[in-house]
Amino acid sequence: MTEDVERIRTSEDLDRAAVRGRATLYPDRPKVIVGMATCGQAAGAREVLEAAQEEAEKSGHTIQVSQTGCIGWCCQEPLLDVWLPGTGRITYGRIKPGRARQILRALPDDLKLEWALAWMPGDDNTLTGAWTKYTANGAGKLSGIPVYRDVPMFKHQLRIVARNCGLIDPSNLDEYIARGGYQALYQALREMQPEQVVEEVIRSSLRGRGGAGFPTGKKWELLRRQSAGTKNIICNGDEGDPGAYMDRTELESDPHSVLEGMMIGGYAMGAAEGFIYVREEYPLAVQRMHEAIAQAEARGLLGKNLFDSGFDFHIRVVKGAGAFVCGEETALIRSIEGRVGEPQQRPPYPVQQGLWGQPTVINNVETWANIPVILMRGGDWYASIGTPTSKGTKTFCLVGAVQNTGLIEVPMGITLREIVYEIGGGIPGDRKCKAIQTGGPSGGCVPADKFDLPVDYESLSAVGSIMGSGGMIVMDEQSCMVDIAKFFLGFLEDESCGKCFTCRVGTQRLKQIVARISEGKGREEDLQLLDDLSWLVKESSLCGLGQTAPNPVLSTLRYFRDEYIAHIVEHRCPAKVCRELITFTIDPVTCNGCGACVQVCSGKAILGEKNKLHTIEQARCTKCGACLESCKFDAVLVN
Amino acid sequence: MVRLKINGLAVEMEEGTTLLEAARFMGFPIPTLCHEDGLTPYGACRLCLVEIGQAPRSKLVASCTYRVEEGLRVRTHSERVERARKLLLELYVSTCPDSKQIQDLASAMGLRECRYEAEHETCIQCGLCVRMCAQQMMAGAIGFAGRGVSRRVARPFDRTSELCRQCGACLSICPVCELRCQGPQAETTLCSGCLNFAPVCFQSYDDAMCFLDPCHACELAGPFRPDVPVKLDSEKSAK
Amino acid sequence: MASMVTEQAEKILGQFEDARASLIPILQEIQATYYYLPEEMLRQVARKLRIPVTDVYQVASFYRSFSLKPRGKHLVQVCLGTACHVRGAQRIMDRVEIEAGASAGGTSADREFTVAPVRCVGCCALAPVVRVDRDTYAHMEQGKVRGTLNRYRPRGATKRQVVHDD
Repeated sequence: MTEDVERIRTSEDLDRAAVRGRATLYPDRPKVIVGMATCGQAAGAREVLEAAQEEAEKSGHTIQVSQTGCIGWCCQEPLLDVWLPGTGRITYGRIKPGRARQILRALPDDLKLEWALAWMPGDDNTLTGAWTKYTANGAGKLSGIPVYRDVPMFKHQLRIVARNCGLIDPSNLDEYIARGGYQALYQALREMQPEQVVEEVIRSSLRGRGGAGFPTGKKWELLRRQSAGTKNIICNGDEGDPGAYMDRTELESDPHSVLEGMMIGGYAMGAAEGFIYVREEYPLAVQRMHEAIAQAEARGLLGKNLFDSGFDFHIRVVKGAGAFVCGEETALIRSIEGRVGEPQQRPPYPVQQGLWGQPTVINNVETWANIPVILMRGGDWYASIGTPTSKGTKTFCLVGAVQNTGLIEVPMGITLREIVYEIGGGIPGDRKCKAIQTGGPSGGCVPADKFDLPVDYESLSAVGSIMGSGGMIVMDEQSCMVDIAKFFLGFLEDESCGKCFTCRVGTQRLKQIVARISEGKGREEDLQLLDDLSWLVKESSLCGLGQTAPNPVLSTLRYFRDEYIAHIVEHRCPAKVCRELITFTIDPVTCNGCGACVQVCSGKAILGEKNKLHTIEQARCTKCGACLESCKFDAVLVN
Repeated sequence: MVRLKINGLAVEMEEGTTLLEAARFMGFPIPTLCHEDGLTPYGACRLCLVEIGQAPRSKLVASCTYRVEEGLRVRTHSERVERARKLLLELYVSTCPDSKQIQDLASAMGLRECRYEAEHETCIQCGLCVRMCAQQMMAGAIGFAGRGVSRRVARPFDRTSELCRQCGACLSICPVCELRCQGPQAETTLCSGCLNFAPVCFQSYDDAMCFLDPCHACELAGPFRPDVPVKLDSEKSAK
Repeated sequence: MASMVTEQAEKILGQFEDARASLIPILQEIQATYYYLPEEMLRQVARKLRIPVTDVYQVASFYRSFSLKPRGKHLVQVCLGTACHVRGAQRIMDRVEIEAGASAGGTSADREFTVAPVRCVGCCALAPVVRVDRDTYAHMEQGKVRGTLNRYRPRGATKRQVVHDD
């Protein structure tokens, strides 16, 4: 990628950049692409990239090596793609440096298809609706491996937000343009009035993707109508829900999609400055946003007089400092102002008095990323997807006790059953699915017998959960619902800003009661107390964090009351999780005395001679479970 | 002027008036803990909650910070409000059972039992001391620190700052610690009046009296003598 | 010593606009440079930005990425997010505490490690996850903790004899 300083002012400039981008996206020599988003790197992608670069050098640079973000197939990381001109793009999974070298050395004759997962004969351009075909003839030598469209994990997906993730190099602006990028901005600035842009967003019925689901177009209209003050727009990248990383993926894999959305929004609403607030726990995302902004500025796509329209716009990145509560709009604003992230009572709403008292709109990363597509394909097209109340698509992070974990994007209205069993591939082992947790600490657990409900805002609220930002954690019989409630309450104890009494003290007391129950010291009256206290915290807390804090307790009480009762009355944890209620023993029949457990025992509680039966001394056992982890003979039993 | 309805009564209030001010003006009693005239409203104690709007879209809001709106319907004693206040006070009593002010509020609401374990905390984080110090005494020697359950009122770096003028305003405003100097020179110094009662919280703090250093007389003769065992006086004198 | 602190703080303060909104970025810079927020520097920041010391102290103690006490050489962050929790993150944390010699939120006696919980780094599909400084370790197991931490200890100072391979 050349550091081109050619400024982009006209449609022709965009076309020229697109040609350059296509040359690196679809070169006429083989290309190897390594997935280098955070989970790729955590799985070892950096070493894979280095190995690939070494081999490419040895080959005299006949093979190009490039990076990409995350296509969402997280369970198969590190991912490596091979682009073969005239043939297609093949994805290999679980690639270590050794295999990467072998793949490069064998190109182009031996494609090592035994390590391949899937291939693409072409790609969809969501922005234009066009299909770029890679292969001239039929599948030919790739007939043994499935096309992406037939892979269960991808079959049901509709990638609007994630349109470029895993396909382009996120640090290459030309590749973004080659896939239709910045055309929507051009269209908005040169062919539309601000009101028309807002109109299109209203027509799309897009709802805020941060979790609250407020109609985006309506929010934009409210800001546009504000006559006084300096308007600000903010991108909320403080994705704090544990189990959700859609925003991280978007920022790392397709940073320009968010920038473009914000620029369009700035034009529509009359704001000249935008802020992107990113959690500091996402250093790569922060870095990519800085890079993308610098590139856009250098090419004239950010700054003064964009596309010669007279519209000026600047974007700044603000890093969070480790506070989940700053995902709440008013707390986020305070954080940018240099204050503690304490949410404020509303009214006044941010559109009236937001950042520095000025009219402000905050939208989630995913919401912004949808904007260019809505403009290019039209609001009506977007509204044709989804359910009557929830239009478009939603990204989700499917994690937990499911085969195919990763990031997916599906049309609203798909059922949980399809997500867990078709996309997710079902539960590993022969265990049964118990529930799916959605909406993070503000959400609830939806039991398996409700999996036929369509995923949309209203249906999830009706069963006591929320859509939330998109985390979906699948739980099987090995999860104890009392323990899950305790977990979320513990999370909120620490993350509550602590200002209002009910949230601070209420969640603390809720946790004490649930903890007592999980330790087998619960009383029957505790269930009523949990109900009352949950009601109080929900009704009287100042902000959304407090108001939704009891949801995990309420939903587990609603659907898994029997588990609570087992803990209270029988002093038993059905899922064998709660430490005070379980014991670890060694099966005399299967134990062969290998001693693997002794070496990892944290309490030095396992006794036994080599090759003879080992036993656990209960008094010293810390219930850490390391013995269970390490035993290869299934000799450790939990009761 | 803004027109709204409080408990069915049509009233007119100046713009910017809070619902708390409006309701009290009309004679409706609303309990509060963190509110004090002359200090900015804080909205932390949640006791001043009132119900606004029409069912099913009605909700509870803190009246001390919610400003009057045209056409608003406010109920200060609806079933929901009463239930919330009672549950709240139950929590408050369990948090600070020794506070006379909280006990009074709770018994006024008809609370008879507390189902939680008593925690015997000495602070409800109402913020009155912080606001008093900053806004009335213009010192700003104390503030909040931490977050969540570990949030507390603190002196910066846990040392008394030179901004503290030992005025005792923080003590006098605290609804929980009924610390009040009873001695003859109360208006200027903390004198050995503390011989007459033992503060609720001093066992938790190394320097006593929450944020002030104990006065010399108390150190020599009073409850802060290291060899004197302390008897907690459970009958607090009234404010 | 005092003047050196002042000088160092001035250098950092000079990089930012003299406004309240600069407070958190300034603290982030100090934290990144000194691995904690020294009291003297915070007082200087308060003076320069004309913010009450109580406010600066409140901000410094509110956000988890700041530390008012010196941190260990290496920051060990154990992810306690939901996906990691259902895969045994608490047990990993317990093990890390033992192996590092520090309880969650604290620093080991030899100042090598500071152990801190982190609520989701976004690698949920690879749970459980542990981060040491800028390195992220996926699929962590209790048996692998010691070896992972040993990589960061100074040569010859491994905590215990490594009996099993990691």
